Amino acid sequence: MFGIILRRLVYAIPIALGVSVVCFSLVYLAPGDPLQTILPADASAETIALIRHEYGFDRPIPIQFLLWLSHVLQGDFGVSIATRRPVADEVLGALANTMMLTSFAIPISFLIGYTLGAIAGCFPGTTLDRVVTGSAVMGVSLPNYWVGIVLVIIFSVELMVLPATGMGPKGSAAFNILVWGDAKFLILPVITLAMVPVGILARSTRAAVAEVRGLDFVTTLRAKGLGEFAIIRHVLKNAMPPVLAVMGLQFGYLMGGSILVETVFTWPGSGFLLSKAIINRDIPVLQGAILLLAMVFVAANLVVDLLQAAIDPRIRRA
Amino acid sequence: MPPITALSTASRGALAGLALGCIAAGASPAHAAGVLTVAMTAGDIPVTTGNPDQGAEGFRFVGWNLYDALINWDLSRSDKPSDIKPGLATAWEIDPANPKRWIFHLRDGVKFHDGCGFSADDVVWNLDRLNDRTKPQYFTQQFALSRAYMTLYEGVEKIDDRTVAVTTKVVASMFPYDMAYVPMISRCRAEALKYDWNAYAFAPSGTGPYRYANMVAHERLELVPNPEYWDKTRIPKQDRLVLLPMPEAATRTAALLNGQVNFIEAPAPDSIPRLKTAGMQIVTNTYPHDWVYSLNYEKGPFTDIRVRKAANHAINRADVVELLGGYAIEGYAMVPPALPYYGKPVRYEYDPKKSRALLKEAGCLPCKVTFVISTSGSGQMQVLPMNELVKSQLEEAGFEVTFNVMDWNSLLEVSRSGLPKYIELSGYNISRLLQDPITAVVKPVGRTYWSPAGSNWGHWQHPESDRLVNAIFNEFDAEKRMKLLTQLHEFESEQAMMIFVTHDVNPRALSPKVSGFIQAQSWYQDLTRISILP
Repeated sequence: MFGIILRRLVYAIPIALGVSVVCFSLVYLAPGDPLQTILPADASAETIALIRHEYGFDRPIPIQFLLWLSHVLQGDFGVSIATRRPVADEVLGALANTMMLTSFAIPISFLIGYTLGAIAGCFPGTTLDRVVTGSAVMGVSLPNYWVGIVLVIIFSVELMVLPATGMGPKGSAAFNILVWGDAKFLILPVITLAMVPVGILARSTRAAVAEVRGLDFVTTLRAKGLGEFAIIRHVLKNAMPPVLAVMGLQFGYLMGGSILVETVFTWPGSGFLLSKAIINRDIPVLQGAILLLAMVFVAANLVVDLLQAAIDPRIRRA
Repeated sequence: MPPITALSTASRGALAGLALGCIAAGASPAHAAGVLTVAMTAGDIPVTTGNPDQGAEGFRFVGWNLYDALINWDLSRSDKPSDIKPGLATAWEIDPANPKRWIFHLRDGVKFHDGCGFSADDVVWNLDRLNDRTKPQYFTQQFALSRAYMTLYEGVEKIDDRTVAVTTKVVASMFPYDMAYVPMISRCRAEALKYDWNAYAFAPSGTGPYRYANMVAHERLELVPNPEYWDKTRIPKQDRLVLLPMPEAATRTAALLNGQVNFIEAPAPDSIPRLKTAGMQIVTNTYPHDWVYSLNYEKGPFTDIRVRKAANHAINRADVVELLGGYAIEGYAMVPPALPYYGKPVRYEYDPKKSRALLKEAGCLPCKVTFVISTSGSGQMQVLPMNELVKSQLEEAGFEVTFNVMDWNSLLEVSRSGLPKYIELSGYNISRLLQDPITAVVKPVGRTYWSPAGSNWGHWQHPESDRLVNAIFNEFDAEKRMKLLTQLHEFESEQAMMIFVTHDVNPRALSPKVSGFIQAQSWYQDLTRISILP
C-alpha cells in the first residue's frame, strides 16, 4: 500500500508540471489582457508599458513561467492582479468553501446514484430499469444552472423557505454548519451540484451490476443455492470498484467547482473564483487555482485507488 | 475565509484597533433606521483603497460612500442631469496669471474617519500617491486605476493649509471634471499601516458619508453611517449599508423577491413584470449612457459619410426599445436628449429604402461590414439579442454583417488597441459612459485621443471638430463653453460618427420597504437618503 502511495505521489510531479505549462500557454494564447481590468480603456501606450513592466508582464513568457515556477516551489503563488491579495489565501479559502458543497454533494449523489443504479442493474429491461435509466439520463442532460434557477424559483421565491444566494447571512467568514440559519444556505446548491453525479453514478452502477450479474461466479453462487438477496450483496460488492473510480473523478470535477452553479448561487468557491479570474485574466489566480485544483484531482484519485485496493484484493495483487 | 487572512501578522493588531474604532464610532446614529442591502452587478467587491475598480459601480457604491473628492457629483435631483459641485474644495478658479494653474480652496473642519484632519498636505500626498513613483505612498494598482483622470495633470503644490494649486499639461478648461474622480484617502491610516495596502483595504478611511465596518473578501462589504460627515444633509438614514456582488441577473431578482436584499441593480427586462407583481418598486431615469457601434474612419465602408448615414437610417430604434421591454430611450445622437449640450442633432429616422439608396450612391451595395461584439460586459445591456436585432435591420437595408463575438475582456483589448492593430474591422459595439463632456463628445473626435493613446478608436479627424475641441479647452466661460459643446455634439451627429442605437435608463428594483431613493441622472447615486421601513 505504501508503495502505491509513493508511486502516485511521484507521478503527481510531472502531472503538476504539465498542467502548469499547458495552463500558462493557454492563458497567453487566449485573447485579452491581464491588465485590462485595472487600466482605463483610453490608457496611453506609455502608461500600459509602465504598468506592464511594474507587474512583470514585459518579460519573455518562458522567463515569466520560470520565475513563477521558482516562486511556487518556495510556496509563493504570487498576488492577485485584481485584489493584490496572496493567491494562496484566495484559492485555499475558495477551495474550503467548495469542499463544503462537495462533501455533501458527493455522499448524497453516491447514495442515490448507487441505489438507483443497483435497482436498475438488478432488474434489467423492466419498467423499473427504464424509469431509473430515464431519470439518470435526465439528471445528466439537464443543465445544472437551469436546475439551480428552477429550484430557487420554487423554494426561494415562491415558497420562501430557503435562501436564494450566498454562503450564510454574514458571509463565509461567519458560516457555521451547525446553525440552521447558516446551514440552509447549503441545501439548494448541494442539490443542484449533486444532480449530475447522481445520473452518472446511476448509469455506471447499472452497467457494472448488469455486467457482474452475468459473470460465472454469480451462476456458481446461484447453483450453490444462495438466496437472491445474498447474491445481490455479492454482486454489489463486486460492482463497487468501477463505480468508486467514477465517483473519484466526479469528486475531482466538483472540487474544481461548478462555475455555473456557484455563479447562480453566488457561492464563494473555487468555480466562482476561477470564473472571475478568467473574466479578468487574473493570471496569478488562474495559475495558482488550476495548479492547486490539479493537485486536489490527483489526490482524490489516489484516495479512490486506495479505496479500490482496500475493497478489491485483485487490485492489490496487481 | 476569514476576512483578514490576507494581512500580515504585524498589521492585524493595528487593524483590529482601527476597525473597532470605526465600528464603535459609527454605531447607532440617532436618526438611522434599517439595513440597506444592495445586490450589485459586479462580480467582486470593488477595491477600497481609493480609486475603485469594477467600473462605475465601484465609484457608485464604494468610492463615493467612503470617500470624497475635491469636487463631488451633485446627485440630489432626478429632474436634471447631475453635474459637479463643491466637495472637499469649496471653490476653485483658474489662476489669472497662468491658464494651466488651478487654485482649489479647501473645506474647513473636515475629518477623516480615523479622526485626522483634512488639509492641503493630504491633497498633495494623495496626488503624489497616484503619480509620483518616488514617494512611499505610491501604489501601482491605484496609479493604473486613476490614469483615465490624470492625463491632463502635471503637478500639485501647497499654497497654504487650506489652498492648493494644481497645474495641467495643457490649457484645459474642463480639468475640474478630472478632479471629481480622485478620492482623497487618509494619510494617517496609510502611515499607521506602514503603507500595507492589503491591510488598508480592510481598514479604509476617508471623509465620506459612510465608514467601513466589515468586509468578507469577494462576498460582502458593510458600511455604517459617518455621524460626523461634514455635509449634514447627507448623513445616511440607515443603520448599515451592505453591498453584495451578484453578477447573475436571475439571482439578483430571486434575492430581492426572497427578501435577502432590498435593492438590486439592473434587473433583466423580462423579470420586471414579475417584480412589479410582487410589489417591488421599479425605478428608472435617463442618464448619460449610450449603446453604439464605434466605427473605423481610416479604412473600409464607414470612411464614406453616406454609408454611416445609411447605417443610422437602417436602425429601427423603436424595435430595440421594445426588445428591452421599454426600458431604454431611442438613441439618435452621441448623448441622450436630457444633457444640456444635446442641441438639435439630425434625427436619423428608420428608413431602409433611404439606406439602400445611400449605399447604392456610395457604391457599396451589398455593403460588407465586420463588427466585434461581446457576449456580456459592464453596461452592455442585453448585448446578444440587441446585436442580433441590429444585424437583421442592417441586412434588411443592404448591409452584409459579420460579427466577431468575444468575451468582454477581449473586446476591451480591441477597444484599447484601436485601429493600428484592428484596421480591418469596420467597428465594434460598445456602451459608453458619458458622465462628463470630455468623455462624451471630446475624446471621440480629439486628435490627441487617437487610439491606442486614447479613446478616439477609429481615428476621427476633421478641421471643424479640431477647431471646436481647441476652442472648448481654451474657453473658461461656462456658458460660452456650453455653446461650443453643443455645436460639437450637433457636428458629430451630422457626421453620423457612430451607429446610434439606444440610451439606457438603468432600471433598478427596490423593495416596497425602501423609501427616499432619488435616481439621479448619473452613473453615480446617493444612497444616504434611503431609509428602510420596518
